[in-house]
Amino acid sequence: MKAGRRRPRVAVVIFPGSNCDRDTLAAVEATGGEAVPVWHQSRDLAGCGSVILPGGFSYGDYLRAGAMAAHSPVMAAVRRHAEAGRPVLGICNGFQMLLEIGLLPGAMLMNRTLRFICRDVHLRVERDDVPLLTYLRRGQVLRLPIAHKEGNWFAPPEVVREVESEGTVVLRYCTPGGGLDDGANPNGALNAIAGLVNSAGNVLGLMPHPERRVRGIVGGEDGTPLIRGLVEAA
Amino acid sequence: MRWDAPGTVELAREQGLSEEEYGRILDSIGRTPNLTELGIFAALWSEHCSYKSSRVHLRKLPTSGRRVVQGPGENAGVVDLGGGWVTVFKMESHNHPSFIEPYQGAATGVGGILRDIFTMGARPIMLLDSLRFGSLDAPRMPHLVDGVVRGIGDYGNCVGVPTVGGEVDFHPSYNGNVLVNVMCVGVARADGLFFGRASGPGNSVVYLGSKTGRDGIHGATMASDVFDESASEKRPTVQVGDPFTEKLLIECCLELMGKGLVVGIQDMGAAGLTSSAFEMAARAGCGLTLDLSLVPARERGMTPYELMLSESQERMLLVAAPPDVPGVLEVCHRWGLDAVEVGSVTAEPEVVATFEGREAFRLPVAPLVDDAPRYERPWVRPAPAAAVTLPPLHNRDWGADLRALLASPAFADTRPVWQQYDQSVGASTVVGPGADAALLLLPGTSIGVAATTDCNALACGLDPFNGAAQAVAEAVRNLACVGAEPVGVTDCLNFGSPENPKVMGQFVAALEGMAEACRAFEVPVVSGNVSFYNETSGSAILPTPTVGMVGVVPEVRHRPRGTWREGEALYLLGAAEGELGGSRFLQLVLGLEAGPVPAVDYAAESRAAAVVRGLVRQGLAAAKDLSDGGLAVAAAEMSGGTVGAELALPEGVAPARALFGEWRGGFLVAVEPENEQALVRACEGSPVNRLGAVGGSRLKIALGGNVLLDEPVEELEGLRENGLKWLSES
Repeated sequence: MKAGRRRPRVAVVIFPGSNCDRDTLAAVEATGGEAVPVWHQSRDLAGCGSVILPGGFSYGDYLRAGAMAAHSPVMAAVRRHAEAGRPVLGICNGFQMLLEIGLLPGAMLMNRTLRFICRDVHLRVERDDVPLLTYLRRGQVLRLPIAHKEGNWFAPPEVVREVESEGTVVLRYCTPGGGLDDGANPNGALNAIAGLVNSAGNVLGLMPHPERRVRGIVGGEDGTPLIRGLVEAA
Repeated sequence: MRWDAPGTVELAREQGLSEEEYGRILDSIGRTPNLTELGIFAALWSEHCSYKSSRVHLRKLPTSGRRVVQGPGENAGVVDLGGGWVTVFKMESHNHPSFIEPYQGAATGVGGILRDIFTMGARPIMLLDSLRFGSLDAPRMPHLVDGVVRGIGDYGNCVGVPTVGGEVDFHPSYNGNVLVNVMCVGVARADGLFFGRASGPGNSVVYLGSKTGRDGIHGATMASDVFDESASEKRPTVQVGDPFTEKLLIECCLELMGKGLVVGIQDMGAAGLTSSAFEMAARAGCGLTLDLSLVPARERGMTPYELMLSESQERMLLVAAPPDVPGVLEVCHRWGLDAVEVGSVTAEPEVVATFEGREAFRLPVAPLVDDAPRYERPWVRPAPAAAVTLPPLHNRDWGADLRALLASPAFADTRPVWQQYDQSVGASTVVGPGADAALLLLPGTSIGVAATTDCNALACGLDPFNGAAQAVAEAVRNLACVGAEPVGVTDCLNFGSPENPKVMGQFVAALEGMAEACRAFEVPVVSGNVSFYNETSGSAILPTPTVGMVGVVPEVRHRPRGTWREGEALYLLGAAEGELGGSRFLQLVLGLEAGPVPAVDYAAESRAAAVVRGLVRQGLAAAKDLSDGGLAVAAAEMSGGTVGAELALPEGVAPARALFGEWRGGFLVAVEPENEQALVRACEGSPVNRLGAVGGSRLKIALGGNVLLDEPVEELEGLRENGLKWLSES
């Protein structure tokens, strides 16, 4: 981005139980965007070009992750934004919300260990042909942390077939070398799916946390390309 | 029994007060208390709230220093970090509730310590847990381990504070009484601190947070008693946690403070509304009026007794200037929290409560808080363990001994525990769990805040004085491994019944040892907690004075690592031999919990820690301190199970003492060959030995040409991985 130009505005929606909101705001700023916090009761997205639904426990998630958030006032604005073809990124709990409101297919089950898992995973990039993924290369392996109890992506067989035939899988859990192996799948997700995009290519959801990896001193910068892609698409 | 029934000595005894204490109540208020007043006395005079058995000894701890902003007596201690930042930290036990109901007990332990930190105006940035369990084959023990871990995880994960460190250890003395000590570290601007003071007569008192229910009534009293076979009957005294509400409280309180709407604030922890009201009044030298009919209640028909003594979680008491009250309520309601003005601050130092239009109680503040009973309990100084005659220690299969140590739960890889905790939320974790100490960046800066928890209870059982001093020394070493200089200590002193002179003697000796070490290292104790009555059917736990230490790295430029790399040279800083008394080798290999635990050599420890700190800060070395299991275990851990090394021990050492000896205050350090000279120069004046180099796939340790052990590092790591693997499965 050239100096002097206005920074792209990115909305970060804050639910009462969001807990990755501050990290996400900081990551947007660190990658050249202007991060705009938007409260969950807002009915618009403050004129932002892109929107991020951050991780956390939106409304406590005592019912089902993301289920309550799907009915909050701001989600109508998020849906309009998505349907207008504008960029939307859902991270972890945000991905769960995108599934709940039907912007992405499938649902999240409890991890197959029935436990919360937080650790670094390797992810194979499956797509690089949409603007959001400009800074990634197909076949590249990223290392990012996951932190969730419900990240076991599930869908009926016909939906899984559709997702695979349309090629809307963006990230799969893999070995450090990029191989697919059940041992590299932390939560039991079908086809090792860790991230999906819609067929229009503007709505992206993923379980790992790119916003936690934009500085080398805290473990690497593998999250930067994903956040930067969203910022620059705003 | 009605809440306003007149008190009697029998009722007093039922609530855990002695006959003498009941007499003292009558003297201090000059009349017979009603049942509610009696309950308030019983809660505030409980061991848990009053520190009545420990207070006379706690004075021995050093609590001041150039960095200390707030020492003991507030909700948490505060230490200056430089650059206008302070760190606020404390450790607290939740042992009794966790044994009765592990999931909720541990979860609410996390919730309670978080509130102690943000109530001071600090944002919590990390949690650490020091856990002690019994033998895994003891009744309920796997269930207790699993429940505690899930409870800690579900609470911390939801509120979004990373859990980045701590310890897990096992000993049969905890079979009937597990320990859950939780430490929280927060950060604040130096000019943004708040205190638990109800000052300014005429100011409003606001109740904030969850509604009050009938849970946890007399939890503080339960925690001030020993267990017997009927422990499970005490389940109703355990509270239930709601981490989502806690998260709302954190954000709401920090917003209220940031907007300047808060005069004083305190959470309702042990003894609930009672302790917050009386302690806030006592600190300010003021009084309060409360209208209990206004307190948000979860159930109908709750009495003043229940409202005052409930330990329902996620509640705060806040004092605000009357013109600010509408603003306070607006912010609270935006966060979806109950907030009600329930009273006001008065000049008269007494708390007066009304209920349904009539006076429920009227009690002077001083007798309940500052003038609560203090006991100089009888105690006998423990005799330190004597030397024992060991079997001949030569020509052993040292490789098998190392394997035996690593296969024990004490040395198990704790990954299955901490992978259930969110360690990286906050995006500031430079070094997370599984390392010697945690290191996080202060948000938005390059200042590093480090923390560790340490206690070798086995050593404390053999020699409480030296054992406690060694715990402080180990914490200093652990911080050095991530380049941090210690700035303050919080402690969690877990012991059996103080009414047993032997236990009281352990307490006094451990406290004196901790005090000596904190003075020698110039690290003041700024907060802490005492947990007595950790015994079941007359059998007490090992004395467990857990040390929580916080350190600072002025500028984090390199990421410290705990594993060595191919091609590095290995050095031993410190003595070439350790002592076997109280060592893991004696305990786990020879089956002896015996032997003397040496005193700490403060000068040598301080020098070695300073050297390591400097090397790590400059990114020149990876370091691991020699503690449990000695050099051999440290080497196995530094291999990470991937790269081996060949080490030659200095000539003339005794194999057992060189391989497995402890208490030597040393470090195993790995440096790139080009940095060897810098290391040797930095060590000038301290003992240092070059042991060998990293390479291959086996850990090979030789002495004078004889190979003592030669083991594949992958297999050694496999032994460690097996110990707690069951915890990561469904």
